[in-house]
Amino acid sequence: MSTETVSVAPRPRSGATRANSSRQNKNHDGGTRPLRPGRNRLSREGGFASAFTVNALLVLGCAYMVLPVLWLFFAATKDTADLYGTPAYSLGRFAFLGNIGAVIGQDGGIFFRWMANSVLYAAFGAVLGGLISVMAGYAFDKFTFRGKKTWFGLVLLGVLIPNTATVLPMYLLASVFGITNTVWAVLIPVLCNPFGVYLARVYSSSYVPDETLEAARVDGAGPIRSFFSLGLPMMMPGFITIALFQFVGVWNNFMLPLVMLQDQQLLPVSVGISIWQGYSVPQPEFSPMVITASLLSVIPLLLAFILLQRFWKSGLTAGSVK
Amino acid sequence: MARKTRSTSGTGGRTAALFLVPFFGVFAVAMVAPVVYSLVLSFYAQQKSGLGFGGTKTAFVGLDNYVQVFQSETFTGGLGRLALYCLIYIPCMVGGAVAFALLLDATVARARKLFQLLVFLPHAVPGVIAALIWAYLYTPGVSPLVQALQGGGIQLNFLDAHLVLPSIVNIAVWEWTGYNVIILFTALQSVPREILEAARVDGAGEIRAALSIKFPLILPALSVIILFTVIGTLQLFTEPSIISKATASVTSTWVPNLWAYDAAFNRHNLNQAAAASIIIALLAAGLSLAVTRFSSRMNKA
Repeated sequence: MSTETVSVAPRPRSGATRANSSRQNKNHDGGTRPLRPGRNRLSREGGFASAFTVNALLVLGCAYMVLPVLWLFFAATKDTADLYGTPAYSLGRFAFLGNIGAVIGQDGGIFFRWMANSVLYAAFGAVLGGLISVMAGYAFDKFTFRGKKTWFGLVLLGVLIPNTATVLPMYLLASVFGITNTVWAVLIPVLCNPFGVYLARVYSSSYVPDETLEAARVDGAGPIRSFFSLGLPMMMPGFITIALFQFVGVWNNFMLPLVMLQDQQLLPVSVGISIWQGYSVPQPEFSPMVITASLLSVIPLLLAFILLQRFWKSGLTAGSVK
Repeated sequence: MARKTRSTSGTGGRTAALFLVPFFGVFAVAMVAPVVYSLVLSFYAQQKSGLGFGGTKTAFVGLDNYVQVFQSETFTGGLGRLALYCLIYIPCMVGGAVAFALLLDATVARARKLFQLLVFLPHAVPGVIAALIWAYLYTPGVSPLVQALQGGGIQLNFLDAHLVLPSIVNIAVWEWTGYNVIILFTALQSVPREILEAARVDGAGEIRAALSIKFPLILPALSVIILFTVIGTLQLFTEPSIISKATASVTSTWVPNLWAYDAAFNRHNLNQAAAASIIIALLAAGLSLAVTRFSSRMNKA
C-alpha cells in the first residue's frame, strides 16, 4: 500500500486548489440557470441530471440513513402497548420518562455503571493509544533507522489482520496469565492501533515540516523535546482525529469485551444492552426499556459526531484542514 | 517524504527506538503473542486418558485440529455463507457509496453539508445498536417496514432462513455506506475542476462527465475502500450474534467467527477454537494481500 493510493492522506496542496474550485463551483450552484447555454440544453436533454432528480435521489438515500435512527427516538417514547399498537412514526402516550425510570431501575442501576465503563475504556484507548500511535507514526516519518521498511511492513500487516481474528487468541493468552475478567483484558488490546500509526505517519509528513525540526535542532533541542513542543502540537488535528476514531472503535467494540469479561460490573454498554436484548425477545414488555437504553447509549456518540464534525471529516478528508 | 533532515539520520536508530518501543510493545502483547500462542495451541488437543478416568492430558496432534475444522460441515457452511455475504454486500455497499458520492458531487446538488451529515449518521450508531434497531424493524407487529409491505400486499419475513442473510447485509450496508460516501466525495472534490470544465465545453453532459472523467479518477480511493471492506466483512460477528437472539435462522455457528466463539465457550474446545482463529486470520491476510496486489496493478495500468 503506497501513500498515493490512500484517499485519507492529507494533501494540503490539493486542498488549496479545492478551496478555489469549490468557490468556482458555487458560481454554478448560485442559480438554477446554468451559466453556459450549451449546458442548459444538455441537462434538459439528459433528464436524469436535472436538479430535481439528483436532489430527490439524495433525499431518498438520506431517508434510508435517517429513518431507522428516527424510529429509535419515536419508539423510546412509547410503552409496550403503544410500541406494538401504534404506527411507528407517530406519538403514543408519552412514556419516555417512565422508560428512563425502567432503565435506571433495571438490575440495580447497572446501566450507568456500563456507560461509565464504556467512557473509561474508550477514553483510555483514545488518549493513550492515540499518543502511542502518533509517536510511532512520527518516528517512521522523521527518523531514518535500519530495518525501517520491515518494521513498517509489520504495522501494515497489523492493519490487514481483522480485529476479531485476534480476539479469541487474546482471550486464550489472557487466560494463561489469569487476567480475563479484569479491566486489563480490555485496556491493553485497545492501545494497539496499527492503522493509527499509518495515519500518523501521513499526518506527520504533511503537518510537520522538516525545516522546523532542523531549526529546533540548531537551537539545541533534543528529538524528544522537539516532538513534545513542536511535532505533537503541529500534529494536533491529526492526533484528535486518530483519538476520535479510536474512541468510536472502542465504544463500538463488542466481541472483545464479550469474550473477556464475565463480571456484569465490568461490562461496557454495548455488551450490557445485548444481554438485555436477550431478555426482551421472550418478554416483549422489556422492549421499551431496551430501546430507551439503546437511545441513551447512542446520544453521546451522536452529539460527539455532530459537534466534532470538523475532526472526523478531517480524518477522512484531511486535505481541507489548515 | 523524500527529503530528510540531516539531524535525524545521525542518531536516528536510538531515538527512533524510543518513539517506537511503546507501539511495538503493545503490538507484541496484543497481536503477535496471542497469534503465536494460538498457533502452538492449535497443534495440541485434550485427550481422554485410558478408559476415561484420570482426567485429560494434552497431546501433540499435528494438523488434526485443522483437519477437523475443515471437516466440520458447520464451519464450511459458515465459510460459504460468509462468501455469499461478501458477494452481496461489497457490490451493494460500494455501488451505493459511489452513486451517492457522484450525486452529491453533481453541480445541481443542494445542501451538500446537510446531506453529508445525515448520510454519516448511521456510522455514529454502534454495531450492536444498529443490529438491535434493525432487528425491531424486521419484526412483524413493531416494524413500519413490514406493515408498509403488507399494505402493498407483500408478505415478507425478513428473519426467515432465506431472507436473514440479505437482511444482515442490509444492516452492514446501512452502517458503512455513508462513511465511504464521505471518503469518495472528498476524492471527487479534489478532481481538478478545469478538467470537468473542459469536458463541459466539449459538450459532455453531467452523466458522461461523472462516468468517464470522475469515476476513473476516484479509482485509487475506491481500491482502498474495497480493501478495508474486505477486511471488515471477515470480522462479521456483532450483527449475526444480535440477530441470532431474535430468530432461530441464525445458528450459533452461522459464520466462522461465531463458530470459533462457539468452539471456545460452548463446546469448550480451546484447541479447535485456536485453529479456527488462525484459519480466519490467514484467510484475512491472504485476501487483503490479493486485493492490494490487484488494486496496485489496476492503478498502474
